[in-house]
Formats: sequence, structure tokens, C-alpha cells
Amino acid sequence: MTTAVSLPLVESPLQPEAAVLDVTVAAGDGYVGRIPAGGSFRIVDLHGNQAVDTLFYDAENLANRYSAMDTIREQGRAYLTTGSRLLSVDLDLLVTITADTCGRHDTLGGACAQESNVVRYGMHTRHQHACRETFLRYGARVGIGARELGHNINFFMNVPLSPDGSLTFADGLSAPGKYIEVRAARDVLVLISNCPQLNNPCNGWDPTPVRLLGWWSR
Amino acid sequence: MILSHEIPAASYWSLRLRAGRLLRLTALDGGAVCSTLIFADSDPVDRLNVPDTLKAQMSARIRPPMVLMSDRGTALCSVTGSSLDWHDCLTGHSLDAHVDAPGPSSYATDRNDWRRSARYGFLSELRKHGRGPADLHGCVNFFAKVAIGPDGTFAYEPKHATAGDWVTLRAEQDLLFVCSTAPHPMSQTWMPGAVRAEVEPGELYGPTDPSVTFRPESTRALAAAKAVLA
Repeated sequence: MTTAVSLPLVESPLQPEAAVLDVTVAAGDGYVGRIPAGGSFRIVDLHGNQAVDTLFYDAENLANRYSAMDTIREQGRAYLTTGSRLLSVDLDLLVTITADTCGRHDTLGGACAQESNVVRYGMHTRHQHACRETFLRYGARVGIGARELGHNINFFMNVPLSPDGSLTFADGLSAPGKYIEVRAARDVLVLISNCPQLNNPCNGWDPTPVRLLGWWSR
Repeated sequence: MILSHEIPAASYWSLRLRAGRLLRLTALDGGAVCSTLIFADSDPVDRLNVPDTLKAQMSARIRPPMVLMSDRGTALCSVTGSSLDWHDCLTGHSLDAHVDAPGPSSYATDRNDWRRSARYGFLSELRKHGRGPADLHGCVNFFAKVAIGPDGTFAYEPKHATAGDWVTLRAEQDLLFVCSTAPHPMSQTWMPGAVRAEVEPGELYGPTDPSVTFRPESTRALAAAKAVLA
């Protein structure tokens, strides 16, 4: 069955061979790194339907972090795609989405946590790996703790809102090789958890690796 | 009645609320908004998590009998009743850039009627409790509605609340509320409204309580709140 959704798909001219950053993040692992102003950063969903929980920070001021609510209010729309300007809590532009071959990404579904897994699925999930564990582990390297974790982006995840005020987790719109690319408007830190969730369809029930590519002058 | 306080239009306030008690917010003017952050009072970092609250209860708005949940999967408070079935929680709070639109305003020129944003109010109250910008998180805009179009577009509904509209929240653990009555950030006009906050002793509730029976997720979050400090 196909869903009749018309999504804007925009490809990037940048070539992987020319990238200065090229790393693969295993299923359930994370990444933290710096993207210099003007640099481009791509996340490739290698196997399809893999949620990539992502946070951006002003590299010079961690309190000036990505704000999901400010971003979607200022663009007037709940979903992120090419052209979306990802804003900080102080309304500063952190990054702009410059290419998107998936078409639509969530920023209202939050990240999974061991504790919220208990709420959603029951006590048997309390000790399963979760995104918040990865955020805290990788965040600690750069001074990002629990208080600094804002509401994240879920690249490649499909969380439709409806006019009656309901919200659902739907099957992904992504597929193997789909990617999202952003360009940094200032020096930013990117903090990623490659989602290990096994209890809902956000990773197609089988978490898989993603590839990170970066283009900037060193 | 334990406490009754009127938050004037375009002002800010905070309240520590003991577990089990009931907070009633009443809009005293049409179009009033009460942007609200909620924290676990006894914990330095646990706070309202809007995305977790929404996905656990499959909702994009706040309404009875939903349970408002924290970063660490505990119930902070239950929405026990409301005259409105939609309170916005997707679009954040106003910043100075929103309230400066009608022109400059300051204490020197406008005295206590000067226009201050919800951000100004939130930070002012947070600092009184030893907190700061890192504690800003998704808020609930009680009495506000931002309609959602089929394609996910937002439209602010300025006439959603009328004077007398109300919402009641039952504290499931000791809480800190930080509130601002500045206009909604999507409001095109400077028309702030006042809100009355009243605290009453709560009543004991059992397994048939509507928030307990709402969804299995609500039940589990309420159970987690009972074990915050085991």
C-alpha cells in the first residue's frame, strides 16, 4: 500500500568522495562533533526507516541550543524538510536543511529513554538501551548534561499530527540511501543517537547503521 | 482554599505546589494565555517533557484527563478537568522579538504596563529558584489553541478562550510551576489577559480515577510518580 503524500525531494550536489568527514554510526551508537560555519553535514539512512535522534548546539554557547518549538512555530508548520531553518532558543539560526531525499522529518516525538520506555511499553523495557543514554554518554564529552538536553529532531521518522489534535507514530517514509543535509549558519555541535528502539516501528523493528558525511575546509 | 492569586495580564509568577493538591487556573479575560513550565520541585533536573507526554497519550494537545509527564517518565500532574478540550503545547512561548512588534516599551516610559515577553518572565522566575536558561523546555500554553492543518501547518485561534474558562491540575508529586501571562507568540495583537490561580486541598483518588484509567501509559506514569523517592 502506498500513501498519497506529495513530498518535496531535493538532492545535494556534494559528492561523498570529497567529504572531509565520513563515519558510520552503528545501530544504537552515537556521535558528537563540530560543524564549522558554512560546512555541510549529511546523514544517510543506509538501510531505510532508521530514526536518527539529533540535537544541535551553538558551539560557543551550549545554552543556545536547538529549540523544536521555536523552529516549528516560526516556520508555521510541524514537519521539517528542505528550507527549514533550525533555530535556537534565542531564535538564532543554527543550521538550514539544504537537501532532503526523504521529504519529511519529525521534531515533536522526542527521544526514547529507559524511563519513558517503561511508561510506553512496561517495566520489562526498563533496562533496554535508549536514545537518552546515548545523548548523555556522548554529550558528557562536550559538557552537555541532562539539563542541556532539549527536544530533539527525529530525522527519517514519521509522526503525523491530525487536525483533530491526535498524534501517531506511522510507518517511515524513508528508504535505503535516503539522506538529509544541513548547512551550518555558525559553528555548531551536533549530538546524535542512532535510535536503538525495538518496541515500535520507528526503526522498522530492526535498528541499522547510518553514515555521516561532512564537507568543509579544514 | 489554601491560596488564591491573580496573575495580572502580561505578568509572571511561580508556585511551589505540594503533592496531592489541586491547582485551578481561570482565565479572567478573553484570549488570556498562561504559558507554563513545570518542574519536579525536589529534583534539580526533572521537568515537564512535552513530546513524551504527547506520544505516550497519542495527542497533539493537552486536555483532560491526560497526565503531564517528566523527562524521567514520572507523572508531574494530571489534568483533572477543563472547560476547554485543547490547550496548546507545540509552539513555545513569546520572546522579546514578539512583544517588541508594536514599538519599544520600557519601565521608564510605561511603568508597570511595559511589555515583557514570556521569556523575560520565565527567566526572572527561574532565577529566583536558582535555575536559568538551561531549564527552558517545552511549555504548555493553557487557554491557547493553535489549529493543525492536514499538512501540518499551524493557525493561531485568538478567540479560543473566553473569560471564565478554566483548567484544574492535580499535583502527583511536589512541583514548581513557572507561569507567564504574556500573549501567545503567534498572537498578532498585544491583548494580554489576567489569570487567577487557586490552590485547594486535593481529594484521595483510586483506581477508577479518569487519569488512571485513561491509558496504560497514564497508569504507569502515575505509578512511577509514587516511587520518585521510594
